[in-house]
Amino acid sequence: MNELSQAFSTALTLLVGLDSGLLEIVGLSLRVSGTALLLASVVGLPIGAALAVYRFRGRGAAVVALNALMGLPPVVVGLLVYLVLSREGPLASLALLFTPSAMVIAQFVLITPIVAALSRQVVADLWSEYEEQLRSLGATPGRALPTLLWDGRHSLLTTVLAGFGRAVAEVGAVIIVGGNIAHVTRVMTTAIQLETRKGDLALALALGIVLLFLSLLINAGVSLLTRATERRA
Amino acid sequence: MVGVGRALASVGSLLVLWLLLLGAAPLAAETPFLTVASTTSTEDSGLLADLLPRFRAVSGIEVRVVAVGTGQALRVARAGDADLLLVHDRPSEEAFVAEGYGIERVSVMANDFVVVGPTTDPAGIRGMGDVAQAFARIAEHEAIFVSRGDDSGTHKAELRQWRHAGIDPTPASGTWYRELGRGMGGTLNTAAAMQAYSLADRGTWLAFLNRAGLDLLVEGDPRLQNPYSAIVVDPERHPHVKAALAQRLVDWLVSEPGQAAIGAFQVGGERLFVPRAELAPGP
Amino acid sequence: MTAGASILPLVARGLVYQVGGDRLLGPIDFELEGSGRTIVLGPNGAGKSLLLRLAHGLLAPSSGTLEWRTSDAAELRRRQAMVFDRAVLLRRSARANVEYALALHGSRGAERRARAAHVLERTGLARIGDRAARALSAGEQQRLALARAWALRPEVLFLDEPTASLDPAAARRVEELIVEIGSSGTAIVMTTHDLALARRIGDEVLFLHLGLLKERAPAADFFAAPGTPEAQAFQRGELTW
Repeated sequence: MNELSQAFSTALTLLVGLDSGLLEIVGLSLRVSGTALLLASVVGLPIGAALAVYRFRGRGAAVVALNALMGLPPVVVGLLVYLVLSREGPLASLALLFTPSAMVIAQFVLITPIVAALSRQVVADLWSEYEEQLRSLGATPGRALPTLLWDGRHSLLTTVLAGFGRAVAEVGAVIIVGGNIAHVTRVMTTAIQLETRKGDLALALALGIVLLFLSLLINAGVSLLTRATERRA
Repeated sequence: MVGVGRALASVGSLLVLWLLLLGAAPLAAETPFLTVASTTSTEDSGLLADLLPRFRAVSGIEVRVVAVGTGQALRVARAGDADLLLVHDRPSEEAFVAEGYGIERVSVMANDFVVVGPTTDPAGIRGMGDVAQAFARIAEHEAIFVSRGDDSGTHKAELRQWRHAGIDPTPASGTWYRELGRGMGGTLNTAAAMQAYSLADRGTWLAFLNRAGLDLLVEGDPRLQNPYSAIVVDPERHPHVKAALAQRLVDWLVSEPGQAAIGAFQVGGERLFVPRAELAPGP
Repeated sequence: MTAGASILPLVARGLVYQVGGDRLLGPIDFELEGSGRTIVLGPNGAGKSLLLRLAHGLLAPSSGTLEWRTSDAAELRRRQAMVFDRAVLLRRSARANVEYALALHGSRGAERRARAAHVLERTGLARIGDRAARALSAGEQQRLALARAWALRPEVLFLDEPTASLDPAAARRVEELIVEIGSSGTAIVMTTHDLALARRIGDEVLFLHLGLLKERAPAADFFAAPGTPEAQAFQRGELTW
């Protein structure tokens, strides 16, 4: 319990003092997870929407597989990406191992299934509501796809936030492909793991509090933004 | 109310934007760098954080340390994903060189292991000079002992002590002998929580902050010495490896200023590493 | 009216629709000339909604044929529109909903905006054109759905129970709109449970029972003297299925 109160005061000191070490790792966390999320959305949203709207043989199996991929353990993803990027792997020539780019790739692999699976559900629900009318108006499933994505934008935003939450909170993938190198690939979660390993539990907790606070800020910001645009729409 | 919300949102987004940009500040692409695969105990001791900036100041070379378990460090170096290997497990090091992955083992420094345990010391080993006897006592009393269980240098050193004591603890795994499969810090955390005995490298022990009822009980036995070697990854095996940069780091580590820095490094007022110049010929 | 050849008449021969082993509709034969307002009546489960969806192309027949004058799918799509019992509107303004449909039909820029403004005016929705469509009342939403359909200048307008979820006042306004659209040259094909509405605006009645076309007559004749016992029971309110 003493650790907890110490952790809170440490967190406050770090935040208020805008500790440069803290800012560095927070900035990297946001950059890595933010980039991964952007890529995952660009790829995952259309895939999810397409799965919701197009009927084809094996669609059921594809949906089951996609949902299962949501449960990919981060450490397994990290291992797979590591093997691919390692000098003995197929993509060795890209020299990406132990760089932030490798971390982005690993997190992209991790959260794209989440974005795709959740958006599939959102779009499927919308499609069941809209299908008859849209088809009546002459919209093919392909033409309807962007309409559905836009109409479902609020629910899809929640989906995207879920992906971000998963990315920014995971440590298994980024620590393997990034190596937790100081000033290069150290992010919030790997720093927390390091401090825990060193036994500095108060600092580890403090970083955790900062991470939570950041997540709160982002979600609050998005919520307010959504509320504002909803009123106008 | 809405005004406050809007203000918060704007401040929040500005802050996030600023942090994003901060993180985006790129490292000077011109700075040469090399990658060192080392162990978690080496990193956790804090020595590298102390040494490497000195090396950078002198050479202009940035050193990136990937600190993982010994097994993984060896694997990383074997694959050529690192330029230099810095570990403390002689048999593995010799195999690494023999198989042609490394040029040569260069002895750099040594620290030692210590036996830690609960302050109450139920097995009564405090102050013993013979670590094999201490281990025998622990087994006799069936006092809880946590092992790293992760095939690391420390783990193999621990297994050596059991062998010297003529004891095989593995049948007792799950009872008084607990194999964790974790790094040193995690193992010490668990030892503190379980009030158990364990073998730790002095560096991690001194830097470890969560002692919670653990004490250093046995030290000084020559068998507890823990030598470190640096091995440059052989560029004939992996042509892209930055052998020249790696060699400069090795040269600096064994040079006078490097060795002096190693010897001067202290944690809690205690010297942690013995530079190789002062090492008695041994393992 | 849209330029181009008419897609009418619609001819059904041996039309059957079944799901699994259940025959839900048919066999049915009819010809739809499309001159005026055709009302499809029948108790629950008679297959009225199915018939409309088959005619409009939302469902494919299990057997039999359903043919328009042309087989050009794009042409057929452009010349028809459908309104459902509950308006299905996108999460955007009322005006944007109409413009979306027009865009799908290839209308562009100024022409699209003008046409949308015109139908909103004619349906009394101009004032609330910029409001979120989903925030409108049920009556306004249904009028919007009609406006959207009307904007497309369809040759045939299908309506599936358009007043079912509306209060009498809103239903009345919708009814007036349907009549107006019909007067502008669009063939109306409508299902309803509201016999009074059918009496007021119907030109012709198709009476379905248990998936079969039991009776077909001019509206006046059907209501004055229904030919079949089922139709008689239905008008008395005694035919529940």
